Amino acid sequence: MKYLDEYRDAPAAEKLLRRIKAVVTCASGRRARPWVVMEVCGSQTHTFLRYGIDQMLPEEITLVHGPGCPVCVTPVQAIDQAIALAGRPEVTIVSYGDMLRVPGSEKDLLSAKAEGGDVRMVYSPLDAVKLARQNPERKVVFFAIGFETTAPANAMAVSLARREGLDNFFVLTSQLLVPPAVEMIAASPDNRVQGFLAPGHVCTVAGYCEYEPIARQHRVPIVVTGFEPLDLLQGVLMLVAQLEEGRHEVENQYTRSVRREGNRQAQAIMREVFEVADQKWRGIGLIPRSGLRLREAYARFDAARVFGLQNLVSGEAGVCISGLVLQGVKKPPECPAFGTDCTPERPLGAPMVSAEGACAAYYAYRKA
Amino acid sequence: MCLGIPGEVLSIEEETQGLRLGRARFGGVVREVSLDLVPDAQVGDYVVVHAGFAISVIDAEEAQAVFRLLEEMEEAAP
Repeated sequence: MKYLDEYRDAPAAEKLLRRIKAVVTCASGRRARPWVVMEVCGSQTHTFLRYGIDQMLPEEITLVHGPGCPVCVTPVQAIDQAIALAGRPEVTIVSYGDMLRVPGSEKDLLSAKAEGGDVRMVYSPLDAVKLARQNPERKVVFFAIGFETTAPANAMAVSLARREGLDNFFVLTSQLLVPPAVEMIAASPDNRVQGFLAPGHVCTVAGYCEYEPIARQHRVPIVVTGFEPLDLLQGVLMLVAQLEEGRHEVENQYTRSVRREGNRQAQAIMREVFEVADQKWRGIGLIPRSGLRLREAYARFDAARVFGLQNLVSGEAGVCISGLVLQGVKKPPECPAFGTDCTPERPLGAPMVSAEGACAAYYAYRKA
Repeated sequence: MCLGIPGEVLSIEEETQGLRLGRARFGGVVREVSLDLVPDAQVGDYVVVHAGFAISVIDAEEAQAVFRLLEEMEEAAP
């Protein structure tokens, strides 16, 4: 496929690797410890592991994996709310496929479906609106989760439902914003991350202005990076060059998709429907102003409010260390449950389920 | 979920209900995509599609950036 295959070219990847090695060698004499680099997005983690790039990088570079797996950081309370709604006979729950097997405090949405709940999977939120239109006797609740990448699509669905006057369409939202999480990691007193690869598709929507004060204040270089092997290698090269030169700027590797100001149409629809709010991240906790909630004008679409689920209390599985994994403090194999009590078939934590989860990546590509 | 797939815009439909829909080809697969967020997209453009919505038009010139870098590296090498 055009714009995918050419960025997977092995000889080109080897050239970039040699270049990275040449750049880091200059400083390895005076530095005893490797540069610690975090790729923020789980799709980037998967590319690193699938192609074995993490193992090909010189030992002067240590990769740690970030919180950019949307289903992993969706609060367990939101999943429990979705499961509670699936138990109501008049409700159809509509979700992105990734979400169905993520454990809530007692079960997942797929089990709720097996128990007779009406749980559907869609690719686009517009399909959820279509379901509401075609089934006026059902109350259709779309589980609107994700980062800046899905927020405009989810907002469009709400806006469309309002324009059409649909009174049987609702959204259960868990919308998260990436820059406050990057800031939290950079500002943490025990932070060891020295540079970030920022997520290319989040920045396609939101732009990268918001990373500029983070880079300045915490003296960390940030490179907006794509998802294919050559993208990641070029991103690492740009980041390591900055580290070696003592610079801490925001640079853009993924120029074929990302503009500094982002996608203005996408931002406009997000702003029309949502407003910034404090947000809980699963395994991590509350991060101020790191989420989006429906504006008051759209309150009648808010499933948590309409169905009275705001005060649902939820618990977490005790042994799972996903919070530490998602902040780059621990790697998946350091978890006592990894590959034993926790597998993709019987996951204890969300990162073992998702196509963007770090634990699932290690299980798929590194388990001997 | 942040998987964005590049696809070629094959057709753009008239606006219905305020939506700008089109069809795009991803390798051998053709799917309906929303073009609301990329008002400048034309037939023949490649767009990055995420959750059924095109979120950017791929800049063909910028898409060569990494290959230009590789060429420069080769020229600079002894």
